[in-house]
Amino acid sequence: MPAVLIEGIHKRFGALEVLKGVSLSVDAGQVVAIIGRSGSGKSTLLRCINGLETFHAGKIEVAGHTMTQDPTKLRELRKDVGIVFQSYNLFPHLTVGQNIMLSPRITKNVPQAQALVLAKEVLAQVGLSEKFDSYPDNLSGGQQQRVAIARSLAMQPKVMLFDEVTSALDPELTGEVLLVMEKLAKGGMTMLLVTHEMNFARTVADTTVFMHQGLIWESGPSKELFANPQTPELANFVKAGAH
Amino acid sequence: MQTFGWPEALFILRSAGWTLALTAIAFFIGSILGGAFAIMRLSRLRWLRRFAAGYILVIQSIPVLMVLFMSYYGLSALGIELPPFLAASASLSIYVSAYLAEIWRGSIESVPRQQWEASASLAHTTAQTYRHVILPQAIRISLPPTVGFLVQLVKNTSIVQVVGFVDLMRAGMLVNNATYQAFQIFTLVGAIYFAICFPLSRLSRHLEKVMNASRSH
Amino acid sequence: MLFQDVFSKWPMILNGVWLTIALSFVAIALGLVLATAMTALRSLAGSWAGYVVDAYVELMRNTPFLVQLFMIFFGLPQLGIRLNGLEASVLAMTLNLAAYATEIIRAGVDSIHKSQIEAGLALAMTKWQVLKHVVLQPAFARVWPALSSQFVLMMLASSICSFVSVQELSGTAAIIEQDTFRSFETYIVVTVLYLVLALSFKLFLNWLGRKLFPQVSGLARLTEAHGEAA
Repeated sequence: MPAVLIEGIHKRFGALEVLKGVSLSVDAGQVVAIIGRSGSGKSTLLRCINGLETFHAGKIEVAGHTMTQDPTKLRELRKDVGIVFQSYNLFPHLTVGQNIMLSPRITKNVPQAQALVLAKEVLAQVGLSEKFDSYPDNLSGGQQQRVAIARSLAMQPKVMLFDEVTSALDPELTGEVLLVMEKLAKGGMTMLLVTHEMNFARTVADTTVFMHQGLIWESGPSKELFANPQTPELANFVKAGAH
Repeated sequence: MQTFGWPEALFILRSAGWTLALTAIAFFIGSILGGAFAIMRLSRLRWLRRFAAGYILVIQSIPVLMVLFMSYYGLSALGIELPPFLAASASLSIYVSAYLAEIWRGSIESVPRQQWEASASLAHTTAQTYRHVILPQAIRISLPPTVGFLVQLVKNTSIVQVVGFVDLMRAGMLVNNATYQAFQIFTLVGAIYFAICFPLSRLSRHLEKVMNASRSH
Repeated sequence: MLFQDVFSKWPMILNGVWLTIALSFVAIALGLVLATAMTALRSLAGSWAGYVVDAYVELMRNTPFLVQLFMIFFGLPQLGIRLNGLEASVLAMTLNLAAYATEIIRAGVDSIHKSQIEAGLALAMTKWQVLKHVVLQPAFARVWPALSSQFVLMMLASSICSFVSVQELSGTAAIIEQDTFRSFETYIVVTVLYLVLALSFKLFLNWLGRKLFPQVSGLARLTEAHGEAA
């Protein structure tokens, strides 16, 4: 069974149809990059996968859960599906350590001592062990984003979603975040990422999906897709660089 | 005729204690009610939202004096006799609840939407989201306006003298009726109110500055 | 419940409504003039004037309206200034509103960027012209919503003037209650009238704001349209 199965998703904002029947299957351990212009529906698709957006038709199965509106079942799904946002969204009133320990403690009843061990572990994984007691406001954007990744990891998810996680960062800070993500990918995490980093998509993602006008316009193994675009839209997009 | 001297001044000063007590009670009960109305105002249930919005609109659109009259004279005409202190506490609590509900709703809403999303995506329930993520931030945001409103409350306690409750204001009026030295008496009464309110006003402004400074860095 | 006893007094009630409206409008008009003058004084004159204005604002904002009213009605006669209830009420409301309005308008003036003033001066405007066209007009437009709520609060606070025997709406309530012994019915009717008055005030002030400051509602429309597109 695939880790993520998306079938015929339709989504409208008012009269505007942003997803016009999208289907996608991702196997466990696979890394999939979703690229496309802004407004192509790529972020909306990603947000549908953990229920931050609802959809009008279609079906999503992820990490063994079927997408539902039922709050209890949705929470079960979200325990297995992490998401990292463009704007980090750390909780500003909590320290880095508290940010990471909160959710395991209150949603999975992990005891305090165990949560502490877990938090130190994931923080070491993103290379920020020394920031355990800092507040998010005192960290750089890149560091905040790495903490956000650690916070998701502490939930021990089966699938991780990344929504343009480097877009808000200064160019010199994107590298450290991408490095953490590359390490995760090599460690076998199932990952879906919406990104503008073409180089990262080409080298790290197994599969790249190009979205255009609410549809998957073209997809395939990353290296081939970038080397040999089959549609003029993707060719133009690749030629223009990002955006 | 009696003149305005030390015993009268002391009587007035002591009555300020009742003004503070009334403020504390109204603020305490009003906070609980106001918190409940703020959450109702943001509920997912439409009828609950509308009920809370209606309550807030009505209380904010009538004079506190009318709330007081309704709970004192009005209810006594219906056979429910509230002692002055109780009527005063009840009506001021109602007044406080509507204003705090609105201040706190605004504070909750000014926590960025992304914080709700991040919390939801970490599998928190709505109650957990409020308790661990939204309220700690909303309370910080709400501190300056809440302290500012406390000043309004202290000042508005002055109207309860009309039901015969002897607070700071009533004490001043009683002394005035005996001595007819209104200028000195109300200068003293005003000075005591000022001594209570001014530090609170400064505190509110100080908190706001601290908050703005922490937001900009 | 017997509302007809209360309704039979409708000419008196109507008089009360009228007096509440009149009191509020006069106090708002005079208070705004005073507040504008104090704002101008603070920004144009030397620093001592600023301190005087600040002290006045703090004094009024940190004492109850009722104390201010009694000071004028009972205290001033001791200094030889005797005012009747209505005069004392208008004066107290005006002075009270002026303090709050000064504070609000100050916030609006502070929000005007310094470069705007420099631009005005660079266009050969006088200090007064800059104050009027570049500072006050946009400042008022920005704080109109805050001013509006303060006006409504002042209208509601005018009920306190019944304590110096002014026959405004709540003052008539006390008389009707004594005449009819129908306290609950009386206060229900009067409370509903206050509610209607407050809501009408709000609607009227919103309408007035759109008339006086069309550029602001234009801006609002612009951001709305933009918000939909995004």
